Amino acid sequence: MSSATPARPLTSPAVSPRMVWAVLAIVAVLLLLAYLVAFDQGAVSRSGMYLHELMHDGRHLLGVPCH
Amino acid sequence: MPPFTSVLLRGLLAGLIAGLLAGAFAYLAGEPRVEAAIAIEEQAVHADPAAGDDHHADELVSRDGQRGGLFLATGLFGVAMGGLLSTAYALLRRRLRIRHDAQAALALSGAALLGAVIVPFGKYPANPPAVGDPDTINQRTGGYLAMVILGLVAVWAGVLAYRSMHAGAPQWSRCAVAVAGFLATVVVGYLALPSFHEVPADFPAGLLWDFRLASLGTQLVLWAGIGLAFAALLHRGPERPIGSEPSPEAIVPARS
Repeated sequence: MSSATPARPLTSPAVSPRMVWAVLAIVAVLLLLAYLVAFDQGAVSRSGMYLHELMHDGRHLLGVPCH
Repeated sequence: MPPFTSVLLRGLLAGLIAGLLAGAFAYLAGEPRVEAAIAIEEQAVHADPAAGDDHHADELVSRDGQRGGLFLATGLFGVAMGGLLSTAYALLRRRLRIRHDAQAALALSGAALLGAVIVPFGKYPANPPAVGDPDTINQRTGGYLAMVILGLVAVWAGVLAYRSMHAGAPQWSRCAVAVAGFLATVVVGYLALPSFHEVPADFPAGLLWDFRLASLGTQLVLWAGIGLAFAALLHRGPERPIGSEPSPEAIVPARS
């Protein structure tokens, strides 16, 4: 192997600038998902308390404050 | 497929696997304690209907439904955390100064476990049903979220402190500075945020301890699972995602 083999550019950004909005949108969706499990009481999911009660045990055991 | 998407998909899958594993652990270790705590809660409510909210009597979801819902909750939560961890990995991989991808993935999930779970647990430990005043739920939720953020900041402060030392300094002193930076941030958070002491005087201490251990164990399984599964998945598949382990020559170009 010659020394001319280009080294992997370790400083190049892993997320290109044009993907910034996509990444932000994905982070927002993931945070919303975590919120639905951990904190929602029907305000966002419009499910009344159904989802809240369905995931009741999981919320307690994941250590999130709950009633 | 863009490199980021490929990393993200691996993180989501790792989160799903780890979430279901955590659900299985919680089902075996935690459910008996939840059951016991609910029995105590029902007793208290039936003895004095004005004493507490009788929300378990509404039966919107049966107890069997809630036991099944446990897996839905940990599964979805795992997917969300796996996705966030892989996004953090994609953004931070090149700044981590860790050579191997698997080590970087495990270091990030370890940092998340420490900052977002163990630190908040020290201030606001998990509570079983029948513990907790419904009137303070908003303050407790706000404090808990603040503690999660502060815990992650504390880990970051530790890393910054470590890097602030001259690279030639002895390793033990760099580590000591890192631990000091971490602990200083944690102590500030513990002192600044409000405390809540809402365990009823007659709630069995042994049951509370068992429940909290089970809850901490659930999070431990979740984050260990995410880290290990994500590290393993990074090395699978047809394409090598970003941050893929460069060959030794790529790190140190051979001088011939």
